[in-house]
Parts: sequence; C-alpha cells; structure tokens
Amino acid sequence: MSIETPLIGGPQPLASDDGSSPLDGVTVGVVTFPGTLDDRDAARAVRLAGGSAVQLWHGDHDLQGVDAVIIPGGFSYGDYLRAGAISRFAPLMEQITAAASGGADALPVLGICNGFQVLTEAHLLPGSMIKNNSLHFLCRDQRLRVENAGTSWTSEYAEGEELVIPLKNQDGQFVADNRTLDELEGEGRVVFRYVDGNPNGSRRDIAGISNAAGNVVGLMPHPEHAVEAGFGPDSSARGAVDVRGGTDGLGIFTSVLKKLVG
Amino acid sequence: MPRIVVDVMPKPEILDPQGKAIAGALPRIGLTGFAGVRQGKRFELTVDGEVTDELLEQARHAAATLLSNPVIEDVTRVEVLEEDDQ
Repeated sequence: MSIETPLIGGPQPLASDDGSSPLDGVTVGVVTFPGTLDDRDAARAVRLAGGSAVQLWHGDHDLQGVDAVIIPGGFSYGDYLRAGAISRFAPLMEQITAAASGGADALPVLGICNGFQVLTEAHLLPGSMIKNNSLHFLCRDQRLRVENAGTSWTSEYAEGEELVIPLKNQDGQFVADNRTLDELEGEGRVVFRYVDGNPNGSRRDIAGISNAAGNVVGLMPHPEHAVEAGFGPDSSARGAVDVRGGTDGLGIFTSVLKKLVG
Repeated sequence: MPRIVVDVMPKPEILDPQGKAIAGALPRIGLTGFAGVRQGKRFELTVDGEVTDELLEQARHAAATLLSNPVIEDVTRVEVLEEDDQ
C-alpha cells in the first residue's frame, strides 16, 4: 500500500450525490521549466478550486489534452538572457502558443510572474518586464483591483473588486510604448491594477493584462499563494482575516473552471 | 576562431535601473565626471571556419529574435571580429 500524498489531482469538492462532478475530466495543465518554483502551489490551487491538475514538462510536445494551462512563477533558466526569453522557445510553448491563439474559445492560459514574462516573450501578450525601479527584490502582500471581470480567469470577481495576494519579484516593472498602453486601456485589456501604491514602477499601475480574446492573462502577483486559510496573506480585501487567512486568489482558479464546465 | 559580436542596449526611452545604480556607485570610488551610465549586453558568436554571408544573416536573425527583446532593447551592432580584434 502506498501512502503517497498526491501532489497533483486529488479530491474534487464539487462532487454531487452520485459522486460525479461537472468537473470530472476537466484538467488544467501546470508547466514546469528548469528553475520553475511555484508549479506545486499552482497545481494545489487548481485542486483547491475543485479541478484536477496535470503536470506538463517544458520539453514535451504534447499538451495531454488539458483544458487550460498555467505557466507558474519562478526563475526559468535562471532568468538568463532575459526573464522568460529562453523558456519561450521550449517545445511545449509552441503547442501552447498555437492552442491559445484561436480566439475566445481558444485554450485559456494564465501566466503568473515568470509565467507572465514568458507570455510576453512569446508575444502572446504585449509589453515586457524590466527590473523594479527600486532595484530591490520585493516580497509583500499587494492590493490589486480587478479592472476586467470578463476574462476566462477573472469571471468570479466583480469589476472594481479588490484582492490582496502576495507579490514577489525583481523584474516586475511592466513597460510598453504609449500606443500599446492606450490600446490595452481602450480595449479593456488591463485586467489588474496595483492600488495603494505602485510597487515597482509599472506603467499606469498595471499588474496584469489579457490578450484581445481574454483567454490569455498574465499577472505579476501570485494568486496561487492566497487560496487556503492558514497558508495565505495576513490580510484580505474582503475584511479582517486570521493570520495567513487570506484566500483572495482562489477566484482566479474557480473562474477558469466555471468557464470550462459552462 | 572568428567571432560575430552582437551588442544589445536598452532602448533610450526605457529607464535602465541597473545603469542608474552603477551611475550612483561611481562617485563612491571618486569618479564624478560621468553624467550617466547605461548598461547593455555583448554576445560573441564563435564560428567554426569562415564567416559566410549566410552565417552573418543567421546572427542578425538571432539578434532580433532571441538575443534582444524589441519592446525594451535595440540591437546596436552585428559585426565580424577579426582574429586579433577584441
């Protein structure tokens, strides 16, 4: 008998009386590159939201039929050259880029932190990230505002709703030329904005953006670290919480699962 | 072996936080004559044999697609270095 604790997969809280669930067979792939750090947390967040996570290796050519993909945070390839620059050419990224580019019904893809950097390098999202204007590595709980609740990854929030989730990075300053920024604002593709102070100099306080179809979203802060009471931030935008009781990030993962079963 | 050198610099309109930090450190070693610093990257692509036009074209392609990100950086030089050049 094995007493292995499954890292990926696990119980599905949305099960109905007969044990079946609308989420049966719905899988979210979590990509691991050499140097990825938060793949386990992202897989755990998917599971806590009621879904099943599938581990994907960057060197594979097969998306294993997953219904959505998360590119998690970390330092893929040690951030060599530029953050995300080498990962962008991984064999699996070709599959993801092709599957994510088909319009509103295309594969939902979420890039968190280094994953966001990979998505900009892959041209799935515009702009780029440079070093924080303070030059410091920042690690703190960050308040954000949801500016667009119409994407595949934000439908469980209300527009204007705020959330507190951890931010931890060195290259977090989002930059793009003014024309691109105007376009993002005009098309409602600024998905998250920093509130209570801009931590890193990002243009127009932008913390996260989407592609035109809304299926690809990237953000610098980490929703997967705010999904379970006891392991989250000490604060929440919804009011006082116990120490490490913040779970404001869970809605990102329930949003995509709702979309997939809807 | 001959090398092709590729220089990449942050775009002029992009703030270069690393260059700024270096500029701030220069006075600490007594050098106050510099108004600013910008930090770029230099790549050396070594060629086994002769640098053909095709290889130079491939180096330009590498410079534009992998070695630089056109959103934040400019390729400022793609050039063959002779054996004794530095």
